[in-house]
Amino acid sequence: MSAARDEILGKIRGSLGRGPLTGDSAAKLEARLANHPVGIIPRRSEGLDRKGLTKLFEDQAIEIATTVERVSSLADVPKAVADYLARFNLPAEFAAAPDPLVDKVPWGERPLLKLKRGKPSPTDAVGLSVGFCAIAETGTLMMLSGPDNPSTLNFLPDDHIVILPASRVVGPMEAAWRRLRESRGGTAVGPTMPRTVNFITGPSRTGDIEQKLEMGAHGPRRQHILIVEDESLA
Amino acid sequence: MESTASAFKDNAHDALGNKHLQSALDKMRAGFPQRRLDAIGKLPEFEDLREQGREIKNHVLENLDWYLERFERNVTAAGGHVHWARTPEEARQLILGLCRKLGARTVTKGKTMIAEEIGLNDFLEAEGVIPIETDLGEYIIQLRREPPSHIIAPAIHLTKGQVEETFREIHTSLPADRNLEEPRSLVAEARTMLRDKFLKADVGITGANFLIAETGTSVIVTNEGNGDLTQLLPKAHIVVASLEKIVPTLEDAAALLRLLARSATGQDMSVYTTFSTGPRRAEDPDGPGEYHVVLLDNGRSALLGSEFQDMLRCIRCGACMNHCPVYGAIGGHAYGWVYPGPMGAVLTPSLIGIENAKHLPNASTFCGKCESVCPMKIPLPKMMRHYREREWQKRLSPPVARLGLKLWAFLALRPPLYHFFYAIAAQVLGLLGKRQGSFYNLPLAGAWTSTRDMPAPQGRSFQELWHQREKKKAA
Repeated sequence: MSAARDEILGKIRGSLGRGPLTGDSAAKLEARLANHPVGIIPRRSEGLDRKGLTKLFEDQAIEIATTVERVSSLADVPKAVADYLARFNLPAEFAAAPDPLVDKVPWGERPLLKLKRGKPSPTDAVGLSVGFCAIAETGTLMMLSGPDNPSTLNFLPDDHIVILPASRVVGPMEAAWRRLRESRGGTAVGPTMPRTVNFITGPSRTGDIEQKLEMGAHGPRRQHILIVEDESLA
Repeated sequence: MESTASAFKDNAHDALGNKHLQSALDKMRAGFPQRRLDAIGKLPEFEDLREQGREIKNHVLENLDWYLERFERNVTAAGGHVHWARTPEEARQLILGLCRKLGARTVTKGKTMIAEEIGLNDFLEAEGVIPIETDLGEYIIQLRREPPSHIIAPAIHLTKGQVEETFREIHTSLPADRNLEEPRSLVAEARTMLRDKFLKADVGITGANFLIAETGTSVIVTNEGNGDLTQLLPKAHIVVASLEKIVPTLEDAAALLRLLARSATGQDMSVYTTFSTGPRRAEDPDGPGEYHVVLLDNGRSALLGSEFQDMLRCIRCGACMNHCPVYGAIGGHAYGWVYPGPMGAVLTPSLIGIENAKHLPNASTFCGKCESVCPMKIPLPKMMRHYREREWQKRLSPPVARLGLKLWAFLALRPPLYHFFYAIAAQVLGLLGKRQGSFYNLPLAGAWTSTRDMPAPQGRSFQELWHQREKKKAA
């Protein structure tokens, strides 16, 4: 180990007037990590049922300039996507996440739509991915990196369309972390944590010139979420 | 970065006369505070969250060594590398070494104050590695070769006209007839220029808003998405962060995030909050092949256990400067080093020494607004007072002020003498100023009267009036 490391840790201990933590004090910290206690949760998202959470998520998302559309099942997704592309004069060919949920969508009903599965190329104008879950408290999407959903889909295309089963809407960020831990067998430490977890709260923006808000600084100019209300979707 | 903090008085004077700056500051004073107020108005738990945030960070600082070691262990377990740097020089060399090993020619950068603190850009450039700032504000000031003037809005001192001028000068491919009058067209121009740089960069460097011990994760928060393109596209992601960024768990990060964006820009959440752990996994279609964290001390370990330990709770939201009457009058550059505003008035002497920071702890009216808006409840005025005491002890304050204070202290310790002289002064000044009601100038107080009139006293001291009143009552 490096001399700098030893010196820095030594200085910290010197300033705190103690040696390395062992025994009880270390066990307490160990327990705090293992239990990862949840702190104050704002009442805003508490005690809501599925309908209430979806409504709160929708309201919060609209507030931060995301557009939200509810569809009743995956069968309605092709039409919703085609309409969106038509509304903004976007190409019918787009980059789509290899997520298994995208496979369940009956794209054949809209033969003009052309899905390029995988990560986007720099010229792709539109990207489509699937949300791991969403946070109602702030209208935030939670996207996980991995073979199913390349992270660059969240940032390179100008338009980002996200499919989100309503069952995946949770209250606060803490509930989103619980979902992640549960999906990884109860732990999210080290290698079981996805390389990138993106929390996305609206389309890209900047206020760096005279504090005037402008959309589409570097990431997507628009973000469109399709909430799929089908209860059978996990 | 070279410090000009010791020239604070001259810097401040120049700032007050700079029309562009004053117009930009007018907009800032109207913007940030109101947006913060609107955001916390919608969150009744905000005060409790502040207290909780304070406790989380205090807990971390008391156990910092343990959490740092755990962070390192978990970064390594996820396939990343942690490097420790005692000084800015060590950090620069570590980063250069990594760039060299990767054969890097260009490096994209997300906004990081630590990179400013260690003067990374100039250093890399001199070594033949080209750094490209990608946050819009940072990009603009990099083109202008200026330091940031605000920790979250680095180009807040500029007007759109100045940005247009800069783009026209540097982006030589820009057609002369392209309209760049509005921020929208300026943003589009920067987006186009930078997209290409993102795709070609060999290394991406970001800072970290938080480092999570539990998972070995670094967290960045942006609104533009530049930090994400910076770290996702190149071969390697280098995080440069100071020791105190550690929090124990993902849940602790969630708790602090509720404070950060609200205090900074008045958003509930910034647009992109990104948690990064290690390099891309074998099955990942994208992401950086290498992940490095450079941990910088640069004097922080010495602040632990001192009267300045509380400063290490700072989460760099900028609320203190957004609400500071001094910052609002002179902007960030006058402070002369990386960190401006009240947090800079404390952090600068802490990191580069009171000898080099000189007047900064005096750059305060002690109105207390900074502490009252600080999401981490850092007692900034109290710490500035500590530094004023040190300034006095080290004989760094100006001789006239020292003499004046000594004289005052001599009198104040002898109440009868004090009242005697005070009564005479009040009487004389009262008589002299009777006709005008105020003084245009006064000997020994020229600095004060040069910008405003001194109201004339009424001729009798408070003590006199009080005694007279008591006598009347008794009679």
